[in-house]
Amino acid sequence: MTAAAEGAPPLRMTRARRNALLQSEPVQGFALISPTFLYALILLVLPILVVIAHSFWTQHYLTIDRTFTLENYRVALTEPIYRDLLWRSLYISLTVSFFTVLLAYPIAYFISFHGGRHKSLWLFLITIPFWTSYLLRVMSWKVILGYNGVLNSGLMGLGIIDEPSTALLYNSSAVIITLTHAWAAFAILPIFVSLEKVDRTLVEAATDLGDGPLRSFLRVTLPLSAPGIISAALIVMIPTVGDYVTPKLVGGKDGVMIANAIQAQFGKAANWPLGAALSVTTMLIVSLMAGATVLIIRALQRMAR
Amino acid sequence: MTARSRFLPGGWLSAYAFLYIVFLYLPVIFLPIFSINTAPTPKFPLTGFTLQWYEDLPRTPALLDAAWNSLIVGVSASVLATVLGILAARSITRYRYPGRRAINGLIMAPLVLPEVIVAISMLLVMLQLGLSLSLFTVVLGHVLVCIPYSMTVLTSGFEGFDRSLEEASADLGESAFGTFRRVTLPMVAPAIISSLLVCFTISLDEFIIAFFLTGTEATLPIYIWGQLRFASKLPGVLALGTLLLVASFLLMTIAEILRRRAARRTQNEGGLYA
Repeated sequence: MTAAAEGAPPLRMTRARRNALLQSEPVQGFALISPTFLYALILLVLPILVVIAHSFWTQHYLTIDRTFTLENYRVALTEPIYRDLLWRSLYISLTVSFFTVLLAYPIAYFISFHGGRHKSLWLFLITIPFWTSYLLRVMSWKVILGYNGVLNSGLMGLGIIDEPSTALLYNSSAVIITLTHAWAAFAILPIFVSLEKVDRTLVEAATDLGDGPLRSFLRVTLPLSAPGIISAALIVMIPTVGDYVTPKLVGGKDGVMIANAIQAQFGKAANWPLGAALSVTTMLIVSLMAGATVLIIRALQRMAR
Repeated sequence: MTARSRFLPGGWLSAYAFLYIVFLYLPVIFLPIFSINTAPTPKFPLTGFTLQWYEDLPRTPALLDAAWNSLIVGVSASVLATVLGILAARSITRYRYPGRRAINGLIMAPLVLPEVIVAISMLLVMLQLGLSLSLFTVVLGHVLVCIPYSMTVLTSGFEGFDRSLEEASADLGESAFGTFRRVTLPMVAPAIISSLLVCFTISLDEFIIAFFLTGTEATLPIYIWGQLRFASKLPGVLALGTLLLVASFLLMTIAEILRRRAARRTQNEGGLYA
């Protein structure tokens, strides 16, 4: 293409140059991605900016007053009900991501180091329940943990308990169990990917140099897979903090999370600006928590070496 | 090597992997079990086999409407998301340009954002623009959340795609369209079908975004949500849920087989000519 431009007579130079520019790699690449990019800009970035703008406004019945105010943030951060919901959501999402990563790591390790030829079959087996409807998975936990549910009736049938326990459903533990199950598969993939990248000769070198199996795992494999642990933790933590279905179905009164309060502001309570401020606050705090998690895991990784 | 297998020996790990699979599948399996049980409440011991709950399903007009709506939304969202996914995946795997990673990150972002916040932001904008909520707004939302999955499937199909094949075709006198139709398309077709199936499954199962962005029309998950309030409707919901589980399972299995075939095809071709 450039050759054509160089050989062109001076008069047609500009057009040829423009063609060369149009056919250059960056321009073509950008042109190709622009529809998708625009879609994301209009339906993701713009909406989030609109939410941020709303969080600084006030609502009077059906009209929005666009004078700048921080009142919504004061309410979101100091009203006991929202403060408690925020803390609980953060606690639940942190606990869930901790357990998901803890439970997922051995599986990812098993597939990566002992999976042999069947690695992709294992990964497929483990991810398939994840592809079923999230709503249905939460619903099945309601069936399991309910007062007249599978677990209670099963335990009673086995003679372990005499009457149905009410402690199983409608509390934050039920939310944690359900979310840990729902996100299990999501944590395995990033850990698996980073374990695949661990240079096996390094593990052998550590063993040859006299490290026991446990030591070589703790000092070589585990630190080298830290990036996978980080992304697994974040991929679970950020979405679960804003979970709506699980607290609504199995959380009861003690398991309500911030997303339920946000939804109420856009529904019954009809206070969009407060709902917007709650959304922004949640995102900011979970980002801080995610950042802290990254720093802590990195520090642990350095210590292990 | 031996030391590695001595620590966390394969035996212990295999046992753990087995238990883990049970933990993943067991809760889901209760849905089909209780959907063919005669008792209206899901508890042990099982009382007897029946298909009554399934037979009732086609006699519920609201359910049929919801199924039709889900089909419309699923097909529209998967086609749109796959078209946008093809453009983006092709651009990412084929070209190098500044800002490529940032744009990719933005397109993939819905995957890791809390769905409620994505849904509410879109709701605000749509209400501000005066769009009335309908299945169309649900499609718009589903396309956004489907694109990242479509991208993942398509990128793995497009990667390793040997550009010299296209160049050879062009050198041998094929037009750009001819090259696309006779060289590019056959190689990436399995990945594209796989992306369509994955997106359809996601749209079929997606609840939150549909819940916020729909007007009066329900999709299947919204219909299920509405039924959950009534304890007496539970067996029907379990039966419907089982059908959805089976549909998702089949669609995803076909999608995975196709995705692997696509990845293998591009790699083999690349290997042959490299």
